[in-house]
Amino acid sequence: MKLINKSQVAKKMPVRLAVNTVCKGLFFLATLVGLIVLAILFYRIFTQGIGSLNGDFLQNFASRKPEEAGIKAALIGSIWLMVVVAPVSLLLGVGTAIYLEEYARKNWITTFIKVNISNLAGVPSIVFGLLGLTVFVRALALDRSILAAGLTMSLLVLPVIIVAAQEAIRAVPRDLREASFGMGATKWQTILKVVLPAAVPGILTGGILALSRAIGETAPLVVVGIPMFIAFLPQTVMDTFTVLPMQIYNWTSRPQEEFQQVAAAGIIVLLILLIFMNSIAVLIRNKFQKRY
Amino acid sequence: MNMTLMRENESPANGFENVESVPFSEKVYETSNLNLWYGENHALKNINLDMHQNEVTAIIGPSGCGKSTYIKTLNRMIELVPDVKTTGQIKYRNRNILDQSYKVEDLRTQVGMVFQKPNPFPKSIYDNVVYGPRIHGIKNKKVLDEIVEKSLKGAAIWDEVKDRLHENAYGLSGGQQQRLCIARCLAIEPDVILMDEPTSALDPISTLKIEELVQELKKDFSIIIVTHNMQQAARISDRTAFFLNGEVIEYSDTNTIFSNPNDKRTEDYITGRFG
Amino acid sequence: MELRKTETYSVQQMILEKKSKKKINMEKVMPKLLFLMAAISVFTTIGIILTLIFETFIFFDRVSIVKFLTEAKWLPFASTPSYGIMPLVIGTLKITVIAAVVAVPIGLATAIFLSEYASEKTRRIIKPILEVLAGIPTIVYGFFALTFVTPVLRDLFPSLDMFNALSPGIVVGIMIMPMIASLSEDALVSVPKSIREGAYALGATKLETTIKVVLPAAISGIVASIVLALSRAIGETMIVSVAGGSTPNMSMDVTSSIQTMTAYIVQVSSGDAGYGTTIYYSIYAVGMTLFVFTLIMNLLAQFISRKFREEY
Repeated sequence: MKLINKSQVAKKMPVRLAVNTVCKGLFFLATLVGLIVLAILFYRIFTQGIGSLNGDFLQNFASRKPEEAGIKAALIGSIWLMVVVAPVSLLLGVGTAIYLEEYARKNWITTFIKVNISNLAGVPSIVFGLLGLTVFVRALALDRSILAAGLTMSLLVLPVIIVAAQEAIRAVPRDLREASFGMGATKWQTILKVVLPAAVPGILTGGILALSRAIGETAPLVVVGIPMFIAFLPQTVMDTFTVLPMQIYNWTSRPQEEFQQVAAAGIIVLLILLIFMNSIAVLIRNKFQKRY
Repeated sequence: MNMTLMRENESPANGFENVESVPFSEKVYETSNLNLWYGENHALKNINLDMHQNEVTAIIGPSGCGKSTYIKTLNRMIELVPDVKTTGQIKYRNRNILDQSYKVEDLRTQVGMVFQKPNPFPKSIYDNVVYGPRIHGIKNKKVLDEIVEKSLKGAAIWDEVKDRLHENAYGLSGGQQQRLCIARCLAIEPDVILMDEPTSALDPISTLKIEELVQELKKDFSIIIVTHNMQQAARISDRTAFFLNGEVIEYSDTNTIFSNPNDKRTEDYITGRFG
Repeated sequence: MELRKTETYSVQQMILEKKSKKKINMEKVMPKLLFLMAAISVFTTIGIILTLIFETFIFFDRVSIVKFLTEAKWLPFASTPSYGIMPLVIGTLKITVIAAVVAVPIGLATAIFLSEYASEKTRRIIKPILEVLAGIPTIVYGFFALTFVTPVLRDLFPSLDMFNALSPGIVVGIMIMPMIASLSEDALVSVPKSIREGAYALGATKLETTIKVVLPAAISGIVASIVLALSRAIGETMIVSVAGGSTPNMSMDVTSSIQTMTAYIVQVSSGDAGYGTTIYYSIYAVGMTLFVFTLIMNLLAQFISRKFREEY
């Protein structure tokens, strides 16, 4: 006696295969959604903003009249922000990663630091703004300066850099460390001369991605109190300033149609900056991929 | 008759020295009653071995016998493994290296190591060779240049790379990389060179070149080489120690080990019954 | 060859000379310095918690915590102000639910397509595009929601207000979708091939294998990715500030203006609420609420992915 009726099974097969094909189509369509939205987004912003994007736009300061509004202060301000964020976050991030990967013993303190970092990565950016406002702007009296905003942003992107640097350091083969120790090198010499140079591409790639996050962030800076309308260029890190996303936010929230076009032009500048940074990251990644 | 038997039975415990035929030079390493544990695992059991200057000492045995563990103990690379415990003594030039007051960096400056897999740094050939001298503070360009030439010549790779010293070492073949690693090791003029299965990742021709090189190097250095290739041990070494399950079964001059082993287990191993 | 005899100097001797001149002991200093750097991330967390706690305490000194939690009105700018957090929480949850409705199916389907159906070549094209989507600044998404998604939706549903929950909800969904797709794909890819082969060998179709074998095996990673992404949606600020409006309310209607917790903080920060006013301290109480929400979700995600880690 047979428990399975083979002809029944065979009859169902075409249906099952058809369902499989249909679902594959659905999955593919869902995948397309992301791509289509991205295409629409780029198209819309490009067509809206390209008219306002010209030499004057890059060289003018913000203005009440949309046709005179420019992005100079914000663009320069974003670069100033990077001048603070890049060294601070890279130094702290790479230092932390070296500690965790090379020195930390397996104990509760290390576990605590690691859990803390992954939780910090999930804290909403606006909460970092509250921290920056209370500690940097008020308690340390840095006011609404580039330094206060930069330190706030550095803490925000720190977890991203730590994780990227940890992965890069972990990927350095043990062989290389052993070779160095075998020559009588000390631990720090080995880290400085062998591990870090080998991990630099990974660290840089992660670092650039983190910086591109910082350059696009708005919320913490709104809370810190960075002005949205400024008509001068900062001279030192203690000066106040504005950045691209803040300027775009300001234009977006104006009711006039013309300001939306200016906002779109600002977004194009921001996106070009981001694409530029990401291309560098991709270039570094491709150039140094699979060296060991 | 009876007396002779007694002596022969006793001989292993005496360090096998009654069957020596190679004359002794000065001792480099003296290991006495060395025991080593990985956590609970007793990996080296009561090792007693002496190694001599300007000789090639081979350590053979099946995988897992402790030979690699032992050679890594000689420059304390074993400390990179967590949870390792040792007892006993290893004297290098009359000082116990297992004493924690002996700085590993000093030890490893005297005792170089060549690893199983070629492990050049992802730097230029030149920078690989000067790595050791540089970390030890030698910065003079002229001196470094001289060291590079001498070391690369010493490792018999100078002619192949002299025109591309500033190219990345990863462009070299496996055998060339391993000779570069030997050159890197020679650059700090160590007293002893430890080689942990240096040819296991190489093709036969590269292996032959390294073996010839070892014969040359022993004029200036003392060499301790771990190998799982018995023919290699027979070809290049002056003395051979046979390890099994963390113990030294037999230690003698190479000819004796391979032609007239004292212990049944040594004989079984070199005739290929196991391992 | 005779290395030793030809030399005029000895490297070992030079090393010895240099060694005696060494100054600072980096081996002792560096671990401590690096530990201090690592400690900064801990201090950041402590700083966030202390900041929120202290300022929130001042707020609760002026406004009863019971009223904060139970009152149904958030009217800080009224002449008789009312500080009931519920309308802001409901605004936030509306956005989160809409975002989940958009992001979970699309993200999961994308993950399944990429890990089970797509060729290596297709993956190599689509994954970077998803990364781009994830890397677009939120202010750009906000602009997109306000100037494109809202008008399109208003063509479809003329009753939709200029500021509403639907448009920013959908756009937040699009923003977190790549996160679900990429983390879920990681979870799916890490299911060993042998498990799939077991199902194929019994004559199961690709879909049956995926749904009955691969998905259950990767479920904890998938759930964790969804929880993490929703925590992102809760904390999302600019999209809702630009397109959601500033009318906190308790209604379940998604077509009219709302306010989320984050949007309220932005509203107060960008208007100049004077330092020391009750309104100023209220942003910390709201921030605290937001922080607690996201912290619980992050811990939950970590718990899920650790506790139910698949044993292959």
